[in-house]
Amino acid sequence: MSMSSETIVLPPSVSSRPAAIGLGDLPIIPVIILATIAFMAIFADVLAPHNPEVGSLTARFHPPFWQAGGNIDHLLGTDQLGRDVLSRLIFGARVSMVVGFTAVIFAGVVGTVLGILAGYLGGWVDQLIMRITDAWLALPALTFAIFLAAIVGPSMWNIVIILGLVYWTRYARVVRGEVLSLKEREFVRLAIVAGCSKMTIMRRHILPNVVNSAIVLATLMLGVVIVTEASLSFLGVGVPPPQPAWGLMLSDGKQGLMVGYWWLTVLPGCCIMLMVLSANLLGDWLRVKLDPQLRQL
Amino acid sequence: MRQFVARRLGYSLLSLLVLSLTIFFFVRVTGDPAALLVEPGASDEDIAAIHHKFGLDQPLWAQYGLFMMSLARGDFGQSFYYQTPVLDLYLDRLPNSLLLALVAMAFSLLVGIPTGILAAVRVGRFWDSAGKLFALLGLSLPSFFVGLVLILVFSVYLGWLPSSGSGGVLHILMPAFALGWYFAAAHMRLTRSSMLEVLGSEYVKLARLKGLPQSWVIGKHAFKNALIPVVTLAGINLVLMINVAVVVETVFAWPGVGRLLYEGISFRDFPVVQGIVIMGGTMIVVVNLVVDVVYAVIDPRIRLEK
Repeated sequence: MSMSSETIVLPPSVSSRPAAIGLGDLPIIPVIILATIAFMAIFADVLAPHNPEVGSLTARFHPPFWQAGGNIDHLLGTDQLGRDVLSRLIFGARVSMVVGFTAVIFAGVVGTVLGILAGYLGGWVDQLIMRITDAWLALPALTFAIFLAAIVGPSMWNIVIILGLVYWTRYARVVRGEVLSLKEREFVRLAIVAGCSKMTIMRRHILPNVVNSAIVLATLMLGVVIVTEASLSFLGVGVPPPQPAWGLMLSDGKQGLMVGYWWLTVLPGCCIMLMVLSANLLGDWLRVKLDPQLRQL
Repeated sequence: MRQFVARRLGYSLLSLLVLSLTIFFFVRVTGDPAALLVEPGASDEDIAAIHHKFGLDQPLWAQYGLFMMSLARGDFGQSFYYQTPVLDLYLDRLPNSLLLALVAMAFSLLVGIPTGILAAVRVGRFWDSAGKLFALLGLSLPSFFVGLVLILVFSVYLGWLPSSGSGGVLHILMPAFALGWYFAAAHMRLTRSSMLEVLGSEYVKLARLKGLPQSWVIGKHAFKNALIPVVTLAGINLVLMINVAVVVETVFAWPGVGRLLYEGISFRDFPVVQGIVIMGGTMIVVVNLVVDVVYAVIDPRIRLEK
C-alpha cells in the first residue's frame, strides 16, 4: 500500500483531496434556517418553556398570544391536550434532525459501499446488487416505508432503519455509475499495475472520488427523508406519540382544523416546509459547487 | 426487436422475482409472521391454525413456493377488517384512485407544460426564475401540508369546497390539486429542459432561418417534439400517482387505494398492506416495461443499442 504512493506520483488533477469550496455565494438564508433548527434541536431542553409531552386539560386549544383568548404563557398556543405548541415545535426539531440526518447517513453509507462494490467488482456482485436496486426502486418509497413500518412497528430508531432501507438504492445507482467511469481512468489502472489490492483501490482511489457525489445526493435526500418521516408520522406509523414529531402534530391538529384551530396544522407544516426548502436550496448549491457532472440531474 | 423485447421482459420478470423475495423475506425475518397474519388478540390455537394454513411449519423454500402459488392465483389473502379478499377490496377502490390520478394529471400538465415552455423561451429571465421558484416549492411542500392549508382556506374560511369525501365534481378539486402540485413541478422542469434541447436543434434553427415568426417556430416545430419525453413521464407518473396518493387520500378521506392502505395501517390489517405493496410494485415494473418497449418500437436507436 505504501509502495504505491511512493512509486506512483499522481497528477494533481486526480488528487484525492476534495476540491476547495469558495463560500462566497453560500445561500445564506437556508443556512441560517437550518442552523436555527439545529440549534433548537440541540438546546431543546433549555429553550422550550414547557414540557412538550405534558399538558393541562384545563388549557386546551389556546390560540397564539396575538389572537383573542391567547396569552403570553403559551406563545404559540396549546393543542388538544393542552400541551404548549412552541415547546413541541422545538422538541420536534430534534426528532426531524435526528431522524433526517441519521437516516440520510445510514442510507448513504450502505448505498455508497454497495455502489462501489457493484461498480468496481462487476460480475455477479454487480448483477446481484443492481437487480435488488432496480427492484426496490420500483416500489413507491412511501408505500414501501409503510409496509416496513407495519412489520417492525413504530419507534424513532425503527423509522431511521426503514428510511435507510428505502433510500440506499438512490445512492447505489449514482455511485455505481461514477465508479464505472472512474475504473477506466489512468490513476486506477496505475494502481492496479502497482499491485494494489482491490480493497485498497476501492478504499484509497475510488471512495475519495465518489464522496462528493454522495454528499451532494445526501443533502438533496435530506428533504425527501424529512417529508417521508413526517408523512409516516402523519399516517400513524412513524414516531409514536406522545413524542413531539412535526408530522404527528399535523395529524393531531387535523381534527381541530374544521373549527378553525389553524395554528395546530399551519405552524408544524411551516416548520417542515422551511426545513425541506432549505435543505433543497443548500443541496442545489452544493451540487453546482462540488459536482459538475450532477448539474444535469 | 424480438430479442430486445425478450431481454427487457426477462429483466422485468427478474425484478418481480426480487420484489416477491424481498416482501417474503421481510415478513419472515422480522419475527413470527403469524403474529402479523392473525388478528390482534388471537388465541394460541388460532396462531397454530395460521401456522398450519400458511405452511409456516414447513421449510422456507416451500413457504416461498406456497406464497408465489397463491399470488399467481390472485389470492392476496383475506382482509381482517372487511372479511373479504384483499384483491376484491383493491379492485373496488382502484377506479376512485384512477379518477383522482387523471384529474390531478390533467391539472399538473395544464400548469406544468405552459410554465415549462415559458421558462425555456425566456431562459435566464424573469419567467425562468419564477418557474424555478415554483418548481422548488412544488418539490418542497409536502402534499399533506398543501392539503390541510387548502381545507383551511377553501372549506373552513371560505366555505366553497367540501373538506372530505367523494361524490360531486367539487369533491375532487382539492385532492387533485394537492396531488398534482408536486407533479406539476416535475413536469415543468422536464418541459423546460426538453424544450431547451429542441430549441437548440438544427431543424428549429432552420425554421428560424426561413424567417418563420417566433410563435410559429415554438408552436409548430419545437412544441410537438419537446412534448414526447413529457408525455412519457406523464404516463409513468399516472401509475405513480395511484400509488403515492396515500397521504392526500387520507387528508381528504378520498375512498381510493391510498385510503385503503391507511385503513390497513390503522386497523392493523396486514394482508391489505402487503397486497397494496405487491400491486404497487408490479404496476410500476409493468409500466416501465411498456414504456421501454414502446420507445424501442418508435426509435430504432434504442433497440439496436446493447
